[in-house]
Amino acid sequence: MAREQYSLEEVSDMIYDEEFETLPREALEAIQLKRLRDLAERVYAIVPFYKKAFDEQGVKPDDIKSLEDLPKLPFTMKQDLRDNYPFGMFATPMENVVRIHASSGTTGKPTVVGYTRRDIRTWSELMARTLAAAGAHKGDIVHNAYGYGLFTGGLGFHYGAERLGASVIPVSGGNTKRQILLMRDFGATVITCTPSYALRLADVAAEEGVDFKALKFRVGVLGAEPWTENIRNEIESRLGLDAVDIYGLSEVMGPGVAVECVEAKHGLHIFEDHFIAEIINPETGEPLPYGEPGELVFTTLTKEAFPLIRYRTRDLSVLHREPCRCGRNLVRMGRITGRSDDMLIIRGVNVFPSQIESVLMARKEVAPHYLLIVDRKERMDTLEVNVEINEEIFSDAVKDLQNIEGDIEKDIKDLLGVSCRVRLVEPKTIQRSEGKAQRVIDKRKT
Amino acid sequence: MRVEQISIFLENKAGRLAEVTRVLSGAGVNIRALSLADTSDFGILRLIVNDNDKAKTVLKEHGFTVGKTDVVAVEVEDRPGGLSSILNILSKQNINVEYMYAFVQHSGKNAVIIFRFDDIDTAVKLLQENNVKVLEGKTVYTL
Repeated sequence: MAREQYSLEEVSDMIYDEEFETLPREALEAIQLKRLRDLAERVYAIVPFYKKAFDEQGVKPDDIKSLEDLPKLPFTMKQDLRDNYPFGMFATPMENVVRIHASSGTTGKPTVVGYTRRDIRTWSELMARTLAAAGAHKGDIVHNAYGYGLFTGGLGFHYGAERLGASVIPVSGGNTKRQILLMRDFGATVITCTPSYALRLADVAAEEGVDFKALKFRVGVLGAEPWTENIRNEIESRLGLDAVDIYGLSEVMGPGVAVECVEAKHGLHIFEDHFIAEIINPETGEPLPYGEPGELVFTTLTKEAFPLIRYRTRDLSVLHREPCRCGRNLVRMGRITGRSDDMLIIRGVNVFPSQIESVLMARKEVAPHYLLIVDRKERMDTLEVNVEINEEIFSDAVKDLQNIEGDIEKDIKDLLGVSCRVRLVEPKTIQRSEGKAQRVIDKRKT
Repeated sequence: MRVEQISIFLENKAGRLAEVTRVLSGAGVNIRALSLADTSDFGILRLIVNDNDKAKTVLKEHGFTVGKTDVVAVEVEDRPGGLSSILNILSKQNINVEYMYAFVQHSGKNAVIIFRFDDIDTAVKLLQENNVKVLEGKTVYTL
């Protein structure tokens, strides 16, 4: 159950790296500036993309005299990562890269990120901090239901939990009934998964006659998709644990960029000794002051293999600097409230409407008019794809039309890894628009 | 010995079926027989009407997706076992019925059954060999 008060001793236990997480502002900023100058110099010398971007912007690494000079540096966009696919943004020879992860891309090409041995160590450290901030510690058993593989969630948590000294159960996603059995028999105390999967687990446990609250869970570290305070309350009361929000993205590192502390559960502490966060106006690119909502931008200060300067995440949030009662001096970001582009996150998977469109366009029989309806049913995200029928494919036999729906469903699942329901609809029923077509109705805004 | 049937794609939304009948009535098209196949999100309305061309034109003008299929109309005595004897003939020869629907004529003595077969020619031949009364299109349109 969520607790109101923690003793001082408990609180200090929850800060994994007290030296860095509680640094006075001036000391932290001194570290940031030194690291930023080193980074700018390094990427300018090594990564052709950054040499060109700096030159076009008319800025030299030496121009960074203080942190206020950061906005002089160019942005890095997702498209830049695609243009340099697969390894063009790497700032170290491949022989130093010990791990590669990837996120899904809009054109079928993923965004590839690399890690040196030191990067993996940093990531593990930051994930250990993350888990500690959530209230986990050595001796905990971590049921890690984030997906393992190219996705950064599973392995990110795995290494962090090991670094913390906890016991990790690398269960990954899926096979929910079996997960319930393992949770009960192994006595896990910490669960790590997406918020929607946490609720799914609670539903399946109930069906199986297992009382989730009687299990040993104390903490849930949940993320990889946007969620609300209402969902947190529901998860906490149904699962009987403290649920905290985490933030990360593979381009910047993976999970472990920011986390809520279990004491306050109010904003996510950004590990600023490794990342500088900015909020900008998504239209103009202009930096915004603390407290004003806008697009999150990250600069990685310590990454060796895949450093990024001012990476535009497209995630909308807000930054706060008020001190937190947990004792950390780090800037906090608010929950992600949306996207400055049209990307959807469906069951933790990034989906762009253009990806669905490319699937539909590849099937000559259907018209390119479609509408995506995203909803949440029984705690899981659902995706319905409405596609207009035309005379070429129309058949008076039900099974022919159902086969077309099934084939498109399979194509989408193959490309995006997301299952959906395709519905054929009457021609001209999907709204046409002169300007930007409305391709998405997202009903999950609760 | 083929009968032309038109089919219309309908979303499962209130008022779509009414819209079809309104359009047809406005054009003076008379519906001879109909069947509606539906799933949870769409339906296929199959119609035999007295004027196929006019029906198709007006429906398309109103934005409906319209298809055309050849079906077979069989006349059978309206008594117990009438349909069964026909299905027996077909099943013995492994003729697959894609779908079927029936209506009773004005006189009430005979029923007309509409069949959609995969292999329409073989089916018609088989039915005629077994003395089943297969109706001409023009007969059905004006029944």
